[in-house]
Amino acid sequence: MDTLIQQLLNGLMLGSLYALVALGYTMVYGILRIINFAHGDLLMMGALIGLSIIRLLQSLFPGMPGLLVLLLATLGAMAACAALAVLIERVAYRRLRNAPRLAPLISGIGVSLLLQTVAMLVWSRNPQMFVQLLPLDPIEVTAGDELHAPAITNMTAIVTVGIALSLMAGLLLLVNHTRLGRAMRAVAENPQVASLMGINPNQVIVLTFAIGGALAALAGIMMASNYGSAHFYMGFLPGIKAFTAAVLGGIGNLKGAMLGGILLGLIEALGTGYLGEATGGVFGSSYQDVFAFMVLIAVLVLRPSGLLGERLASRA
Amino acid sequence: MTALTILQNTAPRAKFGLLLFALALLLAPWLVGSAGGNAWVRTLDFAMLYIMLALGLNIVVGYAGLLDMGFIAFYAVGAYLAALLSSPHLLAQFPALAAALPAGMHTPLWLILPLAALLAAGLGILLGAPTLRLRGDYLAIVTLGFGEIIRIFMRNLDRPINLTNGPKGISSVDPVQLFGVNFARTQEIFGLRLPSVYLYYYLFAAAMVVILFACIRLQHSRIGRAWLAIREDEQAAEAMGLNTRNLKLLAFAIGAAFGGVGGALFASFQGFVSPESFSLNESIAVLAMVVLGGMGHIPGVILGCVLLAALPETLRASMGTLQQTLFGQVLVDPEIIRQLFYGLALILAMLYRPAGLWPARTGGAR
Amino acid sequence: MSTALLHIDKVNKHFGGVAALSDVSLSIQGGHIHGLIGPNGAGKTTFFNVMTGLYRADSGQFSLDGQRYEPSSVHKVAQAGIARTFQNIRLFNAMSVLENVMVGRHIRTRNGVWAALTRHRRAREEERQTREHARQLLDYVGIGQFADYRADSLSYGHQRRLEIARALATEPRLLALDEPAAGMNLSEKQQLRELLEKIRDDGRTVLLIEHDVKLVMGICDQLTVLDYGQVIAQGTPEVVRHHPAVIQAYLGASAHV
Repeated sequence: MDTLIQQLLNGLMLGSLYALVALGYTMVYGILRIINFAHGDLLMMGALIGLSIIRLLQSLFPGMPGLLVLLLATLGAMAACAALAVLIERVAYRRLRNAPRLAPLISGIGVSLLLQTVAMLVWSRNPQMFVQLLPLDPIEVTAGDELHAPAITNMTAIVTVGIALSLMAGLLLLVNHTRLGRAMRAVAENPQVASLMGINPNQVIVLTFAIGGALAALAGIMMASNYGSAHFYMGFLPGIKAFTAAVLGGIGNLKGAMLGGILLGLIEALGTGYLGEATGGVFGSSYQDVFAFMVLIAVLVLRPSGLLGERLASRA
Repeated sequence: MTALTILQNTAPRAKFGLLLFALALLLAPWLVGSAGGNAWVRTLDFAMLYIMLALGLNIVVGYAGLLDMGFIAFYAVGAYLAALLSSPHLLAQFPALAAALPAGMHTPLWLILPLAALLAAGLGILLGAPTLRLRGDYLAIVTLGFGEIIRIFMRNLDRPINLTNGPKGISSVDPVQLFGVNFARTQEIFGLRLPSVYLYYYLFAAAMVVILFACIRLQHSRIGRAWLAIREDEQAAEAMGLNTRNLKLLAFAIGAAFGGVGGALFASFQGFVSPESFSLNESIAVLAMVVLGGMGHIPGVILGCVLLAALPETLRASMGTLQQTLFGQVLVDPEIIRQLFYGLALILAMLYRPAGLWPARTGGAR
Repeated sequence: MSTALLHIDKVNKHFGGVAALSDVSLSIQGGHIHGLIGPNGAGKTTFFNVMTGLYRADSGQFSLDGQRYEPSSVHKVAQAGIARTFQNIRLFNAMSVLENVMVGRHIRTRNGVWAALTRHRRAREEERQTREHARQLLDYVGIGQFADYRADSLSYGHQRRLEIARALATEPRLLALDEPAAGMNLSEKQQLRELLEKIRDDGRTVLLIEHDVKLVMGICDQLTVLDYGQVIAQGTPEVVRHHPAVIQAYLGASAHV
């Protein structure tokens, strides 16, 4: 039986991952008003590309320290997914900017299928073991007693949360305090007027996709590191949940995506834990995913603008 | 003028097309069977089921313009209901029930089908009531989530009471029995020897024709016009007094009902149901059929179905042998190639032919 | 004094800190063409949207034909008898001209799912009447020959007429037109003027938002002038034309007309 602290720790780690991916959804939505259905699969590609880089480095430079390998793989995967995201925007979304709303969504579904297929072709359908290069030794956070096991975490989880939080802070800094960030916010408000001010909306859009892709890749690698495996379908559920997180926080709002991500992670961890306890293990972890969907439906029905989103103009 | 069209007097053309269609429908299993044997006729049977599903989804997506990505949930619900009502599963779980029904749980098809339709429609209304006012893309994700929730429940409702038998699914589902004829065995009818897959084909074709008839009638009616108006411009439709919420719910419920009926037929056909038959990929496949075929345009949707349903078999046959001859072995699983096609097809369709492969003349997707 | 068909009392509407409408009151007599004019941003379209249920007012009372109505939902307002057109013409583009008007008949007809499936005699009769009624309306507004054309293939002026025909199909007590003359040339405006006068002479009541002052002065029986969300003048065109507040609002304080 896990203690509250343990649940919170799990939730925090999970939430950081969701937050990273949610940022990509919310940024693209803020600028283009579309849901990038293929975003979750960028997480998957990041993990698998990272895995390939790790394997390559380890076979070429067997003496390289694990941390360095992981670092290089992560950077490489982030760059690759950034490029991939830009490609997706160019091919699948750019022409559809003025099309009815269903068109980019369906196109995104197609891209998602395509990415999964490519992953199946390159890395086969079997789950791939993800080499865990960060120590997994449990670190006790609280002392245990006769009834409860000590709440534990490990280096991987700590690094995950740490990197996620720093990147989020960095992104906020970029968006709120730099010229580039100002340009991004301007395009999100009104692309035509922004272009009249000399900003090239396409450049900003491309940059947005690239950042989103890189963050997703990072989340993918962290996720694979934590769970020890990666496979072609691993992006689907996290993608939906990250979208839920973005909506929960208020779609289009960066801080909202971060808040929503962390919150959703906590809700999931606590919810499954306590539901499991309450029902004697009957409705337990297998219903974990249902939580995210329930949250999604609840938010969209009760408070569609999310926690930090602006209230929509009052309509009768 | 680009869009200047005059609705043609379609009467003579339509009659000929109808005749052709009826002929094709009657002879299809024989033509297909002689080319590829019973396996291909079985594919044809699944194509019929897909057409029923696609027609149902067409009402939701094509007529009313609501992107439902969890449509397969209604299919699942119909299938599980049929399975529960015509297999020994419930009796094994509840001895009291077994005692009350000494002859076993063998609900006849004519009772199962309307029940499946009702249950699915009810579920549709339950889902639709709070969510149909959401914008297109949000609705898509919510319905996707709903489809997944149903699948998760199907997979896990073996505790505390074993309703769905979890991942193992429910087997020993009764085959169809109509007028004393057991569809699971080859039968002699009017001197013709009809294997089981042929029998099921005609049953499905008949059901499909009924659903088709309903769809066509609905399309050219006051309700169909109202749906189309909502799809074209919901606010303008409201300004003309249309109760868009109720109309959308109606479309959702009817589409769901058709899905439920398809599911019930599927369960009797396959003899067992398991959660893995009802995944997101299936929802996307049906959506692809509707989208590629021309949203809202019935002949196009049927074409889309036939093409996409026949695709896996054709690919398996052609890609398999192609790779054998080229590479001496099958490098790439045809299943993967199928998914590749789906993905590319959806993207290309949106980029170049958003109205589908065979759109209606004065209609077409927005 | 003829009874007021539409009486709206002290409507207020805020958007954030901006008072879009302040204590706006309006009374339209049956069988009149009533114009709502004012400079850009005066709140005309906001008032329109509040009246037809698109926006919710902060306060105000609405009554149609003596009966209070709550403009809480757009479709209920239409069912109560106010039919509107849109500033930027919103037709059902993929449908034919005739079908557009037939949709207008929706709330005055009853065929449901059962009728659609069985096409029993009463259903067929209603469908025939719907089609007939729609054709007559198309002839009435002068575009009968385009009945089977795709709605978005019509010229701009004809599309406007189609929108009016569609609104008329709902058998409204009040026809509310949002800048129907926008984007029209002189001859189209003349034709529109004739159509509106025909509609009025046939006993209908019309509310009109318009920018074209000449058109408005020519056909309106009564005018209400808005500026910065407030009513600054009310009365016949003659009265309004010489009203100092109106002149000031349009032309500035030192102008003379």
